[in-house]
Amino acid sequence: MASYSTNEFKGGLKVMLDGDPCSIVENEFVKPGKGQAFNRVKLRNLKTGRVWERTFRSGESLESADVMDREMEYLYNDGEFYHFMEPETFEQHQASTDAVGDAAKWLKEQDICTVTLYNGVPLAVTPPNHVILEITDTDPGLRGDTAQGGTKPATLATGAVVKVPLFLEIGETIKVDTRTGEYLGRAKED
Amino acid sequence: MTTDLWRPSATIKALRQRASLLAKIRHFFTQRQILEADVPVLSRRATSDPHIESISALCIGSPAYLATSPEFGLKRLLAAGIGDCYYLGKAFRQGEAGSRHNPEFTMLEWYRCGWDDHRLMDEVADLLRKVLGISQVQSLSYRALFQRELQLDPHSASDRELIACVEREVELSFTPVERAECLDLLMSHRLEPAMGEGITLLFDFPADQAALAKVIPDEQGIPVARRFEAYVGGLELANGYWELTDSTEQLRRFEADLAYRRAHNRIANPFEERLVSAMQEGMPECAGVALGVDRLLMLAGGYDSIEDVIAFPIERA
Repeated sequence: MASYSTNEFKGGLKVMLDGDPCSIVENEFVKPGKGQAFNRVKLRNLKTGRVWERTFRSGESLESADVMDREMEYLYNDGEFYHFMEPETFEQHQASTDAVGDAAKWLKEQDICTVTLYNGVPLAVTPPNHVILEITDTDPGLRGDTAQGGTKPATLATGAVVKVPLFLEIGETIKVDTRTGEYLGRAKED
Repeated sequence: MTTDLWRPSATIKALRQRASLLAKIRHFFTQRQILEADVPVLSRRATSDPHIESISALCIGSPAYLATSPEFGLKRLLAAGIGDCYYLGKAFRQGEAGSRHNPEFTMLEWYRCGWDDHRLMDEVADLLRKVLGISQVQSLSYRALFQRELQLDPHSASDRELIACVEREVELSFTPVERAECLDLLMSHRLEPAMGEGITLLFDFPADQAALAKVIPDEQGIPVARRFEAYVGGLELANGYWELTDSTEQLRRFEADLAYRRAHNRIANPFEERLVSAMQEGMPECAGVALGVDRLLMLAGGYDSIEDVIAFPIERA
């Protein structure tokens, strides 16, 4: 397995630390004029999502982590695993509930997600930035109230709950930003 | 993105500030009748400093090195009788790159004959006040800062206490072994951020970090290096000494540095034996200091990264 020296550490580089795959967030070179050189590094643990701060001697190295991001189509959930497929090769991967985590509430069949593979196994799933989903439950709409800023909670087909304007009804489809959970607008009927 | 690499990383405004800062510095020294001296940037001798690497070159078929500071050249001029002098120009250090480092950088270094470290510290503060318009200055010993922030005496603490303190204060990927390494870690991770705004002058460093400063017992009878550092807002700006002038001790330190370098698998390049000869001839008693001009410009213009003040840092150079 390849390894990287502190001077190669860059944002996004995937390395192993304490047995876990991590992504480098930040690498700061620290050196007193007459003293030893260190690298002060921030790393995101890809298993837990936690950010670690660690100081290395300059020139130390870490093993690279066999981690890669792949675009995959979400197929279905069998109750235990979430199934994804690589569109080019039709190769299928099953992701555990842990790996899918919070992304689960945005997963709609046939949407293209980013699946992070660690040693070939899904470690994390990132939903598309924007998803189009149907409202399955919300309080009755208030007609004619399109201009006012009021909002109400709405449950979407995938289980996510987002704040939507008061005039929206059950059965309508809306566009949502999955990074913020923010309502972006009514989806256009194709 | 690569097509953009022809552009300077600094704005034209920052480059104008650089020109104006260099002019201010030269004016400061002209007014004080200190002579500007030019010394080689390309030398047949390298630094012997344990933690600084020279960049090597090939010149007329033989090895040569880019100067890591103008120190040796200026001291040879002092021994030759040039008197108070300064250098304002480039210096080079292998492998030093980051938001506060570029391998090629601008250094100001000056010497005052007959002065000691404390008198020179006052002059450093004068220059910083003039250039940065800062009035707040705190001056304290290396020991006092460690005691204030960590309740630890850096000279008398045992190795075990020191290592325990580092492991408590800093998340490390390794176990530190040397005292100097522990102290450097505490300085950069804990003490620099705690210095606060304004100018901080830190003096009386541990004897094993003397570099080329005199080592003399302090008021507690502990031998300390008559070395100082200047910081502004926790950013290290300058390093100065009441200079060692004893040629025998100079030779001993060069040899100790090279022994350290060999023991740590670092290149032991030819050291500047002509400095030892110059000292044998007689180098005047003096104090000297080196200051990072790019960082000074970062502070003067409120820039976060050294890339903001250098037209073409190494990736664009």
